[in-house]
Amino acid sequence: MKKILLFSFIVLVLGSCGKKNSLPNGNVVISGAGATFPYPFYNIVFRNYMKQNQGTAVNYGAIGSGGGIRSLRDRSVDFGASDAFLSEKELESMQAEVIHIATCMGGVVMAYKLSGVDSLRLNGDLIADIFMGNITRWNDARISQENPNINLPDLEITSVYRSDGSGTTFNFSEYLCSVSDEWNRDMGKGKALKWSAGIAAKGNPGVAGIVQQTEGAIGYIGSEYALTLKLPMAKLKNKAGNYVAATLETISSAANINLPDDMRITLTNSADPNAYPISVLTWILVYKDQQYGNRTEKDAQDLIDLLAYMLTPEGQRVAAQINFAPLSEQALMKTRKLISEIHYSGKVLSSHKLDEASLTTDSLTIN
Amino acid sequence: MKDKLFKLLLFVASASVLLLTAGIVYALIGGASQAFGEYGFWEFITNSEWDPRSATEEYGALSFIVGTLFTAFFALLICLLFSLPVALFNGEYFKGTKISSVVGSIVDLLAGIPSIVYGLWGFYMLRPLTIELGINSQGFGIFTASIVLAIMIIPYASSLSSEFLSMVPNNLKEGAYSLGATRIEVIQHVSLPVAGSGIVAAYILALGRALGETMAVTMLIGNTNNIPKGLADTGNTMASIIANQFGEADGIKLSSLIAIGLLLFIITAIINFVAKLIMKHMSRA
Repeated sequence: MKKILLFSFIVLVLGSCGKKNSLPNGNVVISGAGATFPYPFYNIVFRNYMKQNQGTAVNYGAIGSGGGIRSLRDRSVDFGASDAFLSEKELESMQAEVIHIATCMGGVVMAYKLSGVDSLRLNGDLIADIFMGNITRWNDARISQENPNINLPDLEITSVYRSDGSGTTFNFSEYLCSVSDEWNRDMGKGKALKWSAGIAAKGNPGVAGIVQQTEGAIGYIGSEYALTLKLPMAKLKNKAGNYVAATLETISSAANINLPDDMRITLTNSADPNAYPISVLTWILVYKDQQYGNRTEKDAQDLIDLLAYMLTPEGQRVAAQINFAPLSEQALMKTRKLISEIHYSGKVLSSHKLDEASLTTDSLTIN
Repeated sequence: MKDKLFKLLLFVASASVLLLTAGIVYALIGGASQAFGEYGFWEFITNSEWDPRSATEEYGALSFIVGTLFTAFFALLICLLFSLPVALFNGEYFKGTKISSVVGSIVDLLAGIPSIVYGLWGFYMLRPLTIELGINSQGFGIFTASIVLAIMIIPYASSLSSEFLSMVPNNLKEGAYSLGATRIEVIQHVSLPVAGSGIVAAYILALGRALGETMAVTMLIGNTNNIPKGLADTGNTMASIIANQFGEADGIKLSSLIAIGLLLFIITAIINFVAKLIMKHMSRA
């Protein structure tokens, strides 16, 4: 009896090690791994895709951008996902040419708690000085100057930052590096920094929790989280000199500029007049030539269909519903072109979803 | 035959626990070796820099060691003020009565509350009080974290202490009474000295719990990587920095976090060792 059990166990284990892309009944599994920031969007959009395409399963592991890049390099996944585009060096370390498919946008907002102050204007220099501890009170002359009609209290500023390594910190610090020389010199940019002022908490929920509970607090939070919670947030002065609140539209607007063909661009401090200044893209990474390992043409086709689906108005609407900003017109056009360039050993693959999408672009509306 | 088998079973069970401990220490040392190799053991524990930026990357554990010891010992001090009276109440004055069993089980109940609940309680209830008291403007820091830690460790200290107090032989106490000693004098000169080594052990156990507590502390201490200079300062503890930064860490940063884990293990081991010495010394005296 024991032997039979052992035998059947071995058969099961061996059986599950078979060809990874096909289930026994001919179904397809598309696997991906990477960034945690777009995970809520991917989760829903993949689920919708699976509902419409019975027999296709999409597995996504939110293991962080670094892990996603490593997994794609090892070719242990069909696509990787990253919040930062690959550097030239990283691109060279890949096994073949990798392309960047932008999927949606996000931003970093400055959430604050000040009773009686329901509108606050800040600029990059002020934010830098608050988080470096150079400005310590809300009634500081420089803050008042930006907010002439608002009665700011004589209260200590409690700045709140992330205690864990985070892409949000990276985007926040990258923006401040681009607007403040002092920040660029003393703080720099990175997923984690060396702070000299303020207090720290883990994750967007941790920072949001402290900001909501502490009079006089200000913290930076991922827009997808802050917009869902409807936290009070500051309007930021953008490159064109306009004060812009973080909304899905203003974040999308950051990509209404001349974009490079490979879509590898940082959108913080965008020049568009309506742009929210701390806006970012997030990408899915795939190999341009899909013939590698034991991939079939069908595998490649299924992957392209999935990517194209994410860019359809339907896919982008899902993003907007959970407070991820949809791609701008410009970004959609460039990204669709990139998808159409994916091939299977020279054979061009196209997706009917791609054609559908370009036909109905105008119908994309944000609620 | 059966006896031999049972003996073997006992041997295997004890040996595997030893092996497990050795394995954990081995894994910690292995993981920490990169950090100690890069910075040197003494430099690592005496350096208060914690700079994760790739250009100027540098890690040292001093801020977290100070933060850990500061919160744990301050918590122990506050805990002493409450747990010793509770222990005397239960183990001496109202020993074996209904009221002592009620008080005892309610205090023990404190030990069953998950630390995240303590963290939430501290965040929503104690923090506003800290602000109200004017200790600092945002309510986070050593003070708030220590108070919550103190409440968390009271049951560990008090229930064991009262157990040891109630185990003091009655004839000793009766002897003292017959010589005309008052109750306070009996406690002072008979109960406490006799139960002393056990009470010390109880407080060491409580201190150990305070040293390693993570969740409640990380919610309340402010998580700033600096050496706290007073009760109003924010800081960070060893367990808390590991919990906060483990997820995204790799390379030398990961190794430094594991090294901090190893140091925490060593500190706990040293405290346990000192406690054993004290207990030995006291029971001989």
